[in-house]
Amino acid sequence: MKIHEFQAKSLLARFGVPVSEGQLATTVEAAVQAYRDLKVPVAVVKAQIHAGGRGKGGGVKLVRSEDECRAAATAILGMKLVTHQTGPQGQLVRRVWVEKGSDIQKEYYLGIALDRELRKPVVMMSSEGGVDIEEVAAHHPEKIVKASFSPAKGLLPADVQKLTRGVKMAPGLEPQATRMLQALAKAYVELDCSIAEINPLIVTKQNQLLALDAKMVFDSNALFRHKDVLELRDLDEEDAKEIEASKYDLSYIALDGNIGCMVNGAGLAMATMDVIGLYGGSPANFLDVGGGATAEKVTAAFRILLGDAQVKGVLVNIFGGIMKCDVIATGVITAARQIDLKVPLVVRLEGTNVELGRKMLAESGLPIVSGTDLDDAAKKICAAVAAGKK
Amino acid sequence: MSIFVDANTRLICQGMTGDFGSFHTEKSLEYGTKMVGGVNPKKAGTTHLGLPVFKNCHEAREKAGANASVVFVPPAFAADAILEAIDAGIELVVAITEGIPVLDMVKVVERLAQPGTKTRLIGPNCPGVITPKAKCRIGIMPGYIHRAGRVGVVSRSGTLTYEAVWQLTSRGIGQSTCVGIGGDPVNGTNFVDVLTAFNADPETDAIVMIGEIGGNAEERAAEYIAKNVKKPMVGFIAGQTAPPGRRMGHAGAIISGGQGSAADKVTALEKAGVRMCKSPARLGEEMEKALTAAGLLASARATVLVG
Repeated sequence: MKIHEFQAKSLLARFGVPVSEGQLATTVEAAVQAYRDLKVPVAVVKAQIHAGGRGKGGGVKLVRSEDECRAAATAILGMKLVTHQTGPQGQLVRRVWVEKGSDIQKEYYLGIALDRELRKPVVMMSSEGGVDIEEVAAHHPEKIVKASFSPAKGLLPADVQKLTRGVKMAPGLEPQATRMLQALAKAYVELDCSIAEINPLIVTKQNQLLALDAKMVFDSNALFRHKDVLELRDLDEEDAKEIEASKYDLSYIALDGNIGCMVNGAGLAMATMDVIGLYGGSPANFLDVGGGATAEKVTAAFRILLGDAQVKGVLVNIFGGIMKCDVIATGVITAARQIDLKVPLVVRLEGTNVELGRKMLAESGLPIVSGTDLDDAAKKICAAVAAGKK
Repeated sequence: MSIFVDANTRLICQGMTGDFGSFHTEKSLEYGTKMVGGVNPKKAGTTHLGLPVFKNCHEAREKAGANASVVFVPPAFAADAILEAIDAGIELVVAITEGIPVLDMVKVVERLAQPGTKTRLIGPNCPGVITPKAKCRIGIMPGYIHRAGRVGVVSRSGTLTYEAVWQLTSRGIGQSTCVGIGGDPVNGTNFVDVLTAFNADPETDAIVMIGEIGGNAEERAAEYIAKNVKKPMVGFIAGQTAPPGRRMGHAGAIISGGQGSAADKVTALEKAGVRMCKSPARLGEEMEKALTAAGLLASARATVLVG
């Protein structure tokens, strides 16, 4: 689960990470008032959306007067901010964060993520602050210094030294850096983060360390023990179909294609998307109905799939191991009747009671095409969708 | 022989009294698995499905000689259940539970790394392990799709594994052991561990490996295969069409930081000599070809008849 910059800063401040003073505004007037309240010559107006690259997209502006603040807030609030993470449609900006400007002497990158190979969290620091860290990792991996730590022990002072010395931070800043890095590591562990990132971490001209931006992503499997974090969820920033799917415990991800897929199991769902791609089609979604799909779940899944206007055909691929194929067939038939299916539907069933399941589909009177195996089913739906386009 | 489990495996179920645990305990008993009990501190001393319920793994080990455990405990308590099994010295722990917080698993693998630890953990978020010849089913896979034989299967996914197994069985090719290592970013047993065991197993002639996007476990496996594995291998990587930055159902299936793409994994495994399939529907066919080329098809089929 992602949260906004202003929320992340507020959480991190609780752990002792120094952040700039600021205020949240949802209207232009409130933004101007925030600027007045801050009583500083220079402030920054920052769009609050769940995507990085906001500055490049015009979502972050430096302002030196009330008029400039008004102009910036007017431009940003209500804009469809397009960044490399939002997709071409952009994300509507509903809030801005107005914060005290800082005199920047030097910028660093600081982030914590899970190192899957070491099977531990790893702190990463780079002297290339404020830029896309993935670019740095791709072109100048030597500029990233890493130190892993045990969640039980926390980040040790020796690790902090390795990091700050690795990025050639002035030795005089080490006490501040130790407090900040240890605070971030503590927040990462205590809040069950999957990513905690400060980019840039700056040194001001007054030699103070400050988190100029903050990004936190949480392990959704651990939210049950963090009710306060869960309250920060912003449904406006999430895909409506994905929210609907999560209500039925379906794992759904919207994609750009036009063939809707419904599959049991994440690996098989990915593989089904791949086979559609292999035969020239393009999947509209990833959808895993899970191991214990019921008729209700299947119906809900169909609704979500067909609620996407892009969908020109549907492929159902179920390997009924524990689930029986006749039960799945019942769900598919019920859903197809209830929903008044208008696009081609190819169903591939395999596993327990497969003959009965196929017979039920064939005798349902519905225009359901049966696929004998995964390849055959994918070929059939791709052909049907391609024929529909002509 | 087979890997990880055999006819001497004495299995308990942690979380046996729940719906899911009960259902799969029955299925394992039907399959012929030597189940010796379950664990639930609140119901200790009672019986469930005809099996004794113990207060903890320690008692199950002492009183019933348990040497393997399957974990169905809900995610919030699963890591503690695994730790309990490790502390009791259970040799094989198979964690089925999906949705365990990652940092809980970090704690578990730290414990596993301590000197003197004898436990092998498989999973979490996995379908389990099955050895048809020993009639040993530990997990949630449908038992009937398997046949005893000489092909090992290792995978990060559940239903995709069943798909591969079914294709093998339909072609008369049986399996030595099938291992699901799970779809989480931090797990107990990785591809290299399983491949090492299959490579050393005289009853495994060939291996199917099914990977997916995310992490670099497949790349590490490719390095190992190139150096060590002479047995024929067939593979598939799921997620070739998945966009970067989106988690494809499994907590571990995400292309991030430019790492973990399907294309890189396919290239690495091909280089290591694995016959990679573009479509998962071709895994069985490709294995048949590989066995034929190696002159192993006849024996692969024969064992099914006796198994």
